[in-house]
Amino acid sequence: MTLVSRAPQGTPPPDPGDKFTMLLAHADDNMVLSQRLGELISNAPELEIDIAVGNISLDHLGVARALYTYAGEVEGEGHSEDQLAMFRNERDFTNLLLVEQPNGDFAHTIVRQFLFDAYQAELWSDLAHSDDEQLAGMAARAAKENAYHLRFSAGWLVRLGDGTYESHHRAQLALDELWQYTAELFEGNEYREAWESAVGSTLSEATLDVPDDPYQRTGGRSGFHTEHLGLLLAEMQWMQRSYPGLEW
Amino acid sequence: MANEERFQQIVDAEEKIEPTDWMPEGYRKTLIRQIAQHAHSEVIGMQPEGNWITRAPSLHRKAILIAKVQDEAGHGLYLYSAAETLGVNRDELQELLHQGKHKYSSIFNYPTLNWADIGAIGWLVDGAAITNQVMLTRCSYGPYSRAMVRICKEESFHQRQGYELLIRLCQGTPEQKAMAQDALNRWWWPSLMMFGPHDSDSTHTEQSMAWKIKRVSNDDLRQQFVDMTVPQANYLGISIPDPDLRWNADRGHYDFGDIDWDEFWRVVKGNGPMNRERVAHKVKAWEDGAWVREAATAYASKKRARTAA
Ligand SMILES: [Fe+2]
Ligand SMILES: [Fe+2]
Repeated sequence: MTLVSRAPQGTPPPDPGDKFTMLLAHADDNMVLSQRLGELISNAPELEIDIAVGNISLDHLGVARALYTYAGEVEGEGHSEDQLAMFRNERDFTNLLLVEQPNGDFAHTIVRQFLFDAYQAELWSDLAHSDDEQLAGMAARAAKENAYHLRFSAGWLVRLGDGTYESHHRAQLALDELWQYTAELFEGNEYREAWESAVGSTLSEATLDVPDDPYQRTGGRSGFHTEHLGLLLAEMQWMQRSYPGLEW
Repeated sequence: MANEERFQQIVDAEEKIEPTDWMPEGYRKTLIRQIAQHAHSEVIGMQPEGNWITRAPSLHRKAILIAKVQDEAGHGLYLYSAAETLGVNRDELQELLHQGKHKYSSIFNYPTLNWADIGAIGWLVDGAAITNQVMLTRCSYGPYSRAMVRICKEESFHQRQGYELLIRLCQGTPEQKAMAQDALNRWWWPSLMMFGPHDSDSTHTEQSMAWKIKRVSNDDLRQQFVDMTVPQANYLGISIPDPDLRWNADRGHYDFGDIDWDEFWRVVKGNGPMNRERVAHKVKAWEDGAWVREAATAYASKKRARTAA
């Protein structure tokens, strides 16, 4: 049994999704997560992790840019990647709630990354078979990068879970807190079963418990976000909004 | 004495000293200090640039900036490894940095206050670093000279990207050009300071020259940098904040004004605008990460025990 908290009565339901909407949603996921990881660079526990976090941030940014650009073409209104990223507001972003959550301690960063990487593993292998060749090509490239991200996040999750008493506790706490954003990953797709089995086996290797809290929060895909996203966008969009229409 | 003679012969013959070769204690110490300081500079340098990652004005610029900061982290790693060939380890060197016993390039004790600063750092700071480092690719110590060959390639890439960022601003609106001018005003003199004290006041120069760690003097390097950079500023159409700057046809070089040595020493001694914040930031990241590193160590030893069992 799950208790799902959705957008409130009175708000329109999520758009069932034309291609433009779908591309934007995935672009926003990658954009927002890249932005979060970008905050971390120079704050990591060691240099190797700074480099890895930079890499992963850059990969997500690359995916976001490709998807925004393609979304702009599909929409046909001449919107560039920057216009789509910088001139839509909080309510227009349709990223998952999971990716907008703050970095927290390293356990939160890793759990967020792991849950999302496991989801993107399913997403990209699905989209790589899309009839849309352009999208399929992007998905195939993203799948390769994602395999590396997943190795990193799962590897660290196991180290933290099966490391010290403190790291185990922190990892479990992060998992318990972020679990409420996972039901949303499976709205409108069939990824849950494969995801649960992949996540379950890493968690068991990490000696971590699958949370049993039934509460789940959704709404990202209809722009009903947590309060964290607005601030993230304010920072990210600040220059374009302050100096509209300039070339950088 | 035979050791010392053979060592100097290798150096004089322009061959490389390798980690297992005999070397004078002073040579080893000088190299450790210099390579560690260089590594620390790469790592501390991530902060002023990292400051703009989340605010970069376009996704293209954001990608370039993340990649650059990541390169600098890689340079840090690479240089710490070069230092480790001399019998120290990264953790102890970082500890010295955290305790304020090791220095890093003073340029990073200035804040990045507008977007053009990211361009100015690439153009001027990476530019000054290259001027220094081209000489170091021929350094007598093998691991350091090889590290420098690789790093120099990436630094010249950074320099071009920084300059290109400024070209864009200078060809943009008056507001954008003003950003570039403001950045040049603030970064010009600190960049000249990157070459260190005048040769007459430099304590290490002579010995380092004999050991071929250093090959060109501070003042000569600074002159090279000025000569290279002035025409680039002219092309941008922004002015260098030095009323004494002018071409000297007799010397075939630009003359330039005097560095404010009080400011130089104040920053070197830890009292620049950002010294405390830079070190505090680094220490905080390190301390916040202690439990993570402990977890990795604990996990690795559990895993070893399990495979042994
Ligand atoms: Fe560097
Ligand atoms: Fe650089």
